[in-house]
Amino acid sequence: MFPTPIEKTAPSVQLIYKIALPIALILWLLPLIAVAVTSIRSAGDITAGNYWGWPTSFNMLENYTAVFTDSPIGKYILNSFKVTIPTVIGTLILSCMTGFALGIYRFKSNMLVFFMFVAGNFIPFQILMVPVRDLTLSMGMYNTTTGLALFHIAFQTGFCTLFMRNFIKNLPRELIEVARVEGVSEIKIFWYVVLPLMKPAIAALSVLIFTFIWNDYFWATVLTQGADTQPVTAGLYSLNGQWVAKWHLVSAGSIVAAMPPVLMFFAMQKHFIAGLTLGAVK
Amino acid sequence: MRAFWKANQLKLAPWLFLAPGIFMFALYVILPVFQSLDISFYAWDGLGEKEYVGLDNYVELMDDEAFYTALQNNIIWLVLYMLAVPAGLFVALFLNQTVRGIRIYKSLFFFPFVISQVVVGLVFSWFYDPTNGLMNVLLNAIGFDSIAVLADERFVTYGIIVAGLWPQTAYCMILYLTGLNSVDPEQIEAGRLDNAKGWRMLWYIILPQLRPATFIAVVVTVIGALRSFDLISIMTSGGPWGSSRVLAYYMYEQAFSEYGFRMGYGAAIAVVLFLIMMVYIAGFLYKMYRDERGH
Amino acid sequence: MKNKNNLFKQSLATLALATLFSSSAFAGKLVINTDTSDPAPKKAFEDVISGFEAENPDVQVTLNLFDHEGYKTSIRNFLTAEAPDLATWYAGNRMLPYVNAGLFEPVDDVWEENGLNKSLASAAASMTIDGKKWGVPYTYYQWGVYYRKDLFAANDIAVPTNWAEFKAAGAKLTAAGITPITIGTKYLWTAAGVFDYLNLRTNGYDFHMALTKGEVSWTDERVVNTMNNWKELVDAGFFLENHAAYSWQEALAPMVQGKAAMYVMGNFAVAPLRDAGLTKDQLGFFQFPEITPGIEMAEDAPTDTLHIPANAKNKVDAKKFLAYLARADVQTQMNETLGQLPINSASVAGDDEFLQAGFKMLSKTSQVAQFFDRDAPAEMAKAGMEGFQEFMVKPERLATILKRLEKVRNRVYK
Repeated sequence: MFPTPIEKTAPSVQLIYKIALPIALILWLLPLIAVAVTSIRSAGDITAGNYWGWPTSFNMLENYTAVFTDSPIGKYILNSFKVTIPTVIGTLILSCMTGFALGIYRFKSNMLVFFMFVAGNFIPFQILMVPVRDLTLSMGMYNTTTGLALFHIAFQTGFCTLFMRNFIKNLPRELIEVARVEGVSEIKIFWYVVLPLMKPAIAALSVLIFTFIWNDYFWATVLTQGADTQPVTAGLYSLNGQWVAKWHLVSAGSIVAAMPPVLMFFAMQKHFIAGLTLGAVK
Repeated sequence: MRAFWKANQLKLAPWLFLAPGIFMFALYVILPVFQSLDISFYAWDGLGEKEYVGLDNYVELMDDEAFYTALQNNIIWLVLYMLAVPAGLFVALFLNQTVRGIRIYKSLFFFPFVISQVVVGLVFSWFYDPTNGLMNVLLNAIGFDSIAVLADERFVTYGIIVAGLWPQTAYCMILYLTGLNSVDPEQIEAGRLDNAKGWRMLWYIILPQLRPATFIAVVVTVIGALRSFDLISIMTSGGPWGSSRVLAYYMYEQAFSEYGFRMGYGAAIAVVLFLIMMVYIAGFLYKMYRDERGH
Repeated sequence: MKNKNNLFKQSLATLALATLFSSSAFAGKLVINTDTSDPAPKKAFEDVISGFEAENPDVQVTLNLFDHEGYKTSIRNFLTAEAPDLATWYAGNRMLPYVNAGLFEPVDDVWEENGLNKSLASAAASMTIDGKKWGVPYTYYQWGVYYRKDLFAANDIAVPTNWAEFKAAGAKLTAAGITPITIGTKYLWTAAGVFDYLNLRTNGYDFHMALTKGEVSWTDERVVNTMNNWKELVDAGFFLENHAAYSWQEALAPMVQGKAAMYVMGNFAVAPLRDAGLTKDQLGFFQFPEITPGIEMAEDAPTDTLHIPANAKNKVDAKKFLAYLARADVQTQMNETLGQLPINSASVAGDDEFLQAGFKMLSKTSQVAQFFDRDAPAEMAKAGMEGFQEFMVKPERLATILKRLEKVRNRVYK
């Protein structure tokens, strides 16, 4: 514990701390609070320039209904799910296997393969843009959620392999040795011995990947277009072009788009933070 | 067959487990890196035939002011984005207490990291809006003139970086909070006995123990800085007059925007960015290699 | 294996035959991509589509709306990858790259069969590349100066007809605390409108076209003259502060609120200005005033067009749609909604005062430019517009900017 635990300080310090906390939080979230407030203003307030005064009316229902009825945001959100969920599943399948292989077996090029995944995970992914677009085009999957998900699966496998491998490496090896001595096949060791132990890692990664992919914007603009396939990040950008100066709609749309990962985060907070830190700070 | 499998199971199994992952990763990540390198030697509009031009794209880059602007901005990003690390540490220290409701405070402080950068970009565009944005309303209230942050070449890059620092600080904070959990209380007590307080305590006792957290915070921040694209695309489209472009955005503009479609030139920019990043990747791998050996 | 191959070929042939005989049965789905995300153009297109569907009940039209700025990037992608059956675009040089790359389908047959060579004659030249027609134009509109009549009257300003009067008008407005010209240059092209007019008025149509075609150096003295005229306006505080932060729509607000008096814009600005509450007595239009005396008053009048991508799936119905869109009555009605001018010579321009003013103005000249980013090739246009934006904020950098543009010219026009 550092700094000095608050309960050991003078009462005045404790009081100051307790007052400072909410103030700091409000300052920290000020831009977001501003957006939330704007999203319930009326169009009249916006045109009249009443952005920061007391709203003349509360239009929460109207604005959020308008966002869903006047724009394809519902479709965008559906597309986001269509990209995100297969990506989470696909990445987990691939990286459980790669992580298992690299974490359990000792073979010559183990380190080399592992470093390939790690290095690939760190490259500025924009360098992949032109070839990946061509590849997706030639597979006939340009402008499909599948094409986008396939790329994400491949790219996220880098990070997830790093994560899984480090996790598996720290599992007790004796379990596996015992199983081997008893003649259990490798695939069964994977399935019955190691996989059950990986549940926390799987939970952590699925929350993390869900958030990463949901928030992806770059690849969405490179590999998809139009309301039929674009996920909500790219969709929001496009809607921003249509809702010029209609900040109440932009705000409401932003909040709608941010909702799923936020809910996910609050529901699975423990796993999320474990995911961020477990693979990293080991 | 069965016998062969039995005998070689241990040798074959890892490769069978690795095959799908390696295949996907090679197809979508490793191979494209080399393809990009190859494309950078061509003039290609993405529609017609490729035309081999040798090093022409790189020669042109050397004489392209927009490239230098982007490079310079990348460096500014790299340097200033690093502020997220001490800022994250500061917030983490601030929140590392046990009072009622602190868990909720921690997760609310972490909140900006969960939101898409698209939303962060829109939020901050709104915040900076010269007529009605909150920042300028506040500035006016205390008697200053409005600043059009995103339309002024002097401020625009810094304005976007501030927007980027917001979620990045949250990220570093969470790394440090976890790191602080595993700080050894005995060492702190020992430090207290030695009369180490405040800064000295932080510098000599706490920070050394937080080294893994610091390392990873620096790594993710460097990567974040070099990949910066979303915020620039959302907030300024590289403007005004290209003064907020970074390499990643300039590359996109050259390769995929209506006014560009110079795939070869875009690929050349990508290669330069890749080389910069390689320095960091190599450093990271080296450290990892040492750690692995040390085990 | 061989057998299988044959079977495959056979079924392919059968399929082809079936397609040939049942082209009408194949009809049904028609996908149109447009950038008409603003309210008036959106409605205009929706009306045309429902009219077309009423006459062709077997065709079901899907409209994909893109935002105006994003569309410019998307079009290249969808033309190569996942083509719709129809896509909106622009006439002139702007469609050249797609024609050259074979991404647009020539539609001479549509022109021929429907007598468009006569009815759309005025736009025929701007739709022709290599002797072929590459789309159907459906609207055009004038550019000029939209202004607040009431603010002019209150400050005792008459409509300026020459450069001196124009500057004097601005001086009076500035003295009254009103920004003379509102503009939002965030998306760059609005600055090109100002440049077009200053250059057309300073050096004339032929020079302007030669410049956009890359035949004249950007460091030419005549370009410098144009820019110096522009600098006079910038130095006199003519333009809205922080214009680089705003889109053209956001820049409407100061004019509506009476904080700015003029807007150098296309006629599409009228609809949102009216929607925002400007009345007949408040909103007026005048032709961009003369600068160099004796030069013919050329105009910017961009033509918007509809094209069939070469990779379209349903070209039969797409051609039907083009023929429908070219019809006099359809263009009359559509442009009524758009608040713009029809191309078809048998159409009637709406009796809206701005349309009539534009129609009259344009019929006086044969020197009509499309617009800077349609007359100049894309890369030159981008560099040019960025330069204009920079110049409007940092006029002292003129020499550097022109030198940079000259460098781009030398690379782009090879």
